[in-house]
Amino acid sequence: MKIVVNGEKVEVTATQLDAILIELGHGEAKVATALNEEFVPATMRADTALEAGDRLEIVAPRQGG
Amino acid sequence: MPVFYGTEIQSRLMLGTAQYPSPAILADAFRRSKAGIATVSVRRESGSEQAGQAFWDLIKELDVALLPNTAGCHSVREAVTTAHMARELFDTKWIKLEVIGHADTLQPDIFGLAEAARILTEDGFQVFPYCTEDLVLCEKLLDVGCEVLMPWGAPIGTGLGLNNIYGLRTLRGHFPDVPLVVDAGLGVPSQAAQAIEMGYDAVLLNTAVAKAGDPAAWRKALPWQWRRVPWPKKQIRWSHAIWRRLQRPLSERRSCDELAPFLSGL
Repeated sequence: MKIVVNGEKVEVTATQLDAILIELGHGEAKVATALNEEFVPATMRADTALEAGDRLEIVAPRQGG
Repeated sequence: MPVFYGTEIQSRLMLGTAQYPSPAILADAFRRSKAGIATVSVRRESGSEQAGQAFWDLIKELDVALLPNTAGCHSVREAVTTAHMARELFDTKWIKLEVIGHADTLQPDIFGLAEAARILTEDGFQVFPYCTEDLVLCEKLLDVGCEVLMPWGAPIGTGLGLNNIYGLRTLRGHFPDVPLVVDAGLGVPSQAAQAIEMGYDAVLLNTAVAKAGDPAAWRKALPWQWRRVPWPKKQIRWSHAIWRRLQRPLSERRSCDELAPFLSGL
């Protein structure tokens, strides 16, 4: 299905958020997620199913002022 | 020394981590300045590049308190969601709350800021609001639970210094027991010293140090002013050099926001 990851359309085969993160190459990386502008805690990823067209944000620590 | 939400920090200097020429210079700036708090951010991460993981490894070594921000957020909803993502990533209740109201000046949206501060305080965050020096706004922020205020000296990255001395003094006078930090707009060491001499508890610097060419110049310049000793000529020369480097067009001073969450890329 097609979802929107960080503003770009992406085709994924997995449906659960934890599996999608692995499919997209994040594996054990330190990232946080939001689905359709709502925060999804790491502990909830396995219980969170995505649907086509959902908007997923994947963020990591970065430089800031 | 300043106490933020019950935590005493052994420095009046807070440093941002953006815009340094290299990770090594960033680390050196922290080591030499002895800054007590580092501001950090969250940005979109690519699974193939994983740029954030290297930065995480770097800041873990800095041995300073981390203050994540919500830079790049233009709405209450974005700021609240970003704060939650930052809390999970950095494992801290502290959040430097930015709700940007104007794309050019990065001036805070003071109405959205007060609302986001209320929501996040109720969610258990300890909010450091990036605000203007408006007295009524600051009273509102305290009312909704903020225990620190971070008024700007001038717009982000301008190096203009303390644009409204009266307003900043008014805040200090009205809130003698609230930790106050001048955030944004400081360009040279004398301006930072001026804030401390006005009774502010700390200053937050980023652009001025990161773009100084020689971050060590700040370390050499600041202690003189903070001890209220007249500047030797060397310090004055360093300050002029720093000031010249900050004179850039407005468009170049904007935050690097292309990786900010929630920007529509479609």
